[in-house]
Amino acid sequence: MNIRSMAAVLAATVMLPLGAAHATDLEVTHWWTSGGEAAAVAELAKAFNATGNKWVDGAIAGSGGTARPIMISRITGGDPMAATQFNHGRQAEELVQAGLMRDFTDLAKKEGWDKIVRPAGLLKSCTFEGKIYCVPLNIHSWQWLWLSNDAFKKAGVAVPKNWDEYVAAAPALEKAGIVPLAVGGQAWQSTGLFAVLTVAIGGKDIYQKVYGDKDAKVAAGPEMAKVFKAADDARKMAKGTNVQDWNQATNMVITGKAGGQIMGDWAQGEFQLAGKKAGVDYTCLPGLGVNEVISTAGDAFYFPVLKDAAKTKAQEALASSLLDAKTQVAFNLKKGSLPVRGDVDLAAANDCMKKGLEILAKGNVVTSTDQLITQDTQKQLEDLMSQFFANTSITAEEAQKRFVAIFSKAG
Amino acid sequence: MAAHTQPGRPNQLFRNLNSKIASIPMMLTAVVIFLGGTIWTVVYSFTNSKLLPRLSFVGLEQYERLWDTPRWIVSIQNLATYGCLSLIFSLTIGFLLAALMDQKIRFENTFRTIFLYPFALSFIVTGLVWQWILNPEFGVQSVVRSLGWTTFTFDPLYNSDIVIYGILIAALWQGTGLVMCLMLAGLRGIDEDIWKAARVDGIPMWKTYLFIIIPMMRPVFVTTLVIIASGIVRIYDLVVAQTSGGPGIASDVPAKYVYDYMFFAQNLGQGFAASTMMLLAVAIIIVPWAYLEFGGRKRG
Repeated sequence: MNIRSMAAVLAATVMLPLGAAHATDLEVTHWWTSGGEAAAVAELAKAFNATGNKWVDGAIAGSGGTARPIMISRITGGDPMAATQFNHGRQAEELVQAGLMRDFTDLAKKEGWDKIVRPAGLLKSCTFEGKIYCVPLNIHSWQWLWLSNDAFKKAGVAVPKNWDEYVAAAPALEKAGIVPLAVGGQAWQSTGLFAVLTVAIGGKDIYQKVYGDKDAKVAAGPEMAKVFKAADDARKMAKGTNVQDWNQATNMVITGKAGGQIMGDWAQGEFQLAGKKAGVDYTCLPGLGVNEVISTAGDAFYFPVLKDAAKTKAQEALASSLLDAKTQVAFNLKKGSLPVRGDVDLAAANDCMKKGLEILAKGNVVTSTDQLITQDTQKQLEDLMSQFFANTSITAEEAQKRFVAIFSKAG
Repeated sequence: MAAHTQPGRPNQLFRNLNSKIASIPMMLTAVVIFLGGTIWTVVYSFTNSKLLPRLSFVGLEQYERLWDTPRWIVSIQNLATYGCLSLIFSLTIGFLLAALMDQKIRFENTFRTIFLYPFALSFIVTGLVWQWILNPEFGVQSVVRSLGWTTFTFDPLYNSDIVIYGILIAALWQGTGLVMCLMLAGLRGIDEDIWKAARVDGIPMWKTYLFIIIPMMRPVFVTTLVIIASGIVRIYDLVVAQTSGGPGIASDVPAKYVYDYMFFAQNLGQGFAASTMMLLAVAIIIVPWAYLEFGGRKRG
């Protein structure tokens, strides 16, 4: 697979001279740096270079938490890139309000984005005061449990079909020297995991009331207490993970050192890169096998306002190439995410992606946390969850109290 | 110096004119950048600025939230523990090493270079090196286990209760060399005759050090103290490289809280409030001390 991704990059560079006459360099920043992600980005670069321009890759390692402050300070500091990745939602909200982002309403009307982008909520989160400021690229959902079939075989238990069976199988895994649940040390991972538990154990309504309406009463209620109980189980199962990055944790599942991982479907790119087959080597359970609901998180590209006319024009070419049906298929197959267009053919998708597409078609979706809460609330939740997962002296009840306090003040 | 040659000049403003003109750029930098930036930060800490600064005042709300946040409390506690221990240990170890070096040993230059070497590394490199050394799967723990003690456990960076000591070890390793050098310079500045006199009086060596040499080295100690203390308050990169504040928030420090809330959480107001508290803490410690130290000398 590495050779293939390298070949893609090479192919991209070879194609350059063809359109070199009017080539405009556009710097695109993003935080896709793991093996599967880099392979997917190469597809975007290839598609954009084919329009006669040049994609200048500005990958920032260390996941979104590290990359976003760098991107934002470049934009606010007057040295904007030509295009940048953000997650769907409120991350770029203030940049748009401050007039630093480019308005794409005309292009969107011309190409009829409102007809092709699905679910419609994605385009809505790009919209501010009736104008469209970003291009949705893919749909990622957090609500997946990835299980290593080998690990369960080694422990002598059947591969679980839902969260409860998984918790019940944990002691057997531990006995076999396997970490039951891999959770990386970065704060966003435990925070995301908790939101997944809220959707799966608490249900769609509870999730919407807590994260969407910031209803402190529901956050303090017995349904959320159940979720905290499950989180308590999860942190016990995660003991001994000792890795930081999500892909290192995924690698523990791939190699059978860990029983499973709760992680978004971007983990799938890693399984693919390692040559593992869905259903044979690993099992995926959307909604933890309890509530088959997925969230429509994912990535969108934002385009800062530029002074250079040629670059401004090239931004348009990039925007339409991102939504092009071919790019959507090529990119999403490598990335393990779902396309934002409902009208493309994904015959090559594997079992897990097909499960996701099915759920999407049924409309069993929730809005992602990035769209519902501000970065400030997100950070406060991260502080709480990372402490809760690292320090077992904090009880589930205590954590719930602090959780309620955060939401009662959230905006 | 020029002033002494022309003592009759009446206008004080034009004394040392050359040096005054020469220091204008530095004065401007100090006033505009440091003081101006500080005032700007303090003013905006009373607003509800999010990603971009804006002047809508909310009173003390940011400060109330700050002191209500467990993470801030943890980071203050960590800074206190780390600060006290790092001050005590780097001074003691640094002085002991310097005193040992001062015994006219062979290969002194070699030893001095070895001890000072870690200081040439940045905190980021130091942090990464010690992250590996203290990692239970590659570092000390696995080495000792492979020697036969299979139940040996040493994983400070993965244990919330002792993680700050893991950072302390790395900081001491990096910083004591410099302290040693400063102390050694101080020891070399002591007149040989004092040693001779002490020897004639039959005072044991440790007593000479403790009651004669150390009091004489007061200026060196003060300089060292300032250097160590400023290093303590701004500690950030070492923590980021070693643990990034983890496990959980157990090794968090104030500077990291400020950075996280200003840039990750897109909440400038909260970050400014935290940095104002840091400034206040420094001011409370430094101002009375500086007054005593430097104000006193002028009078004397």
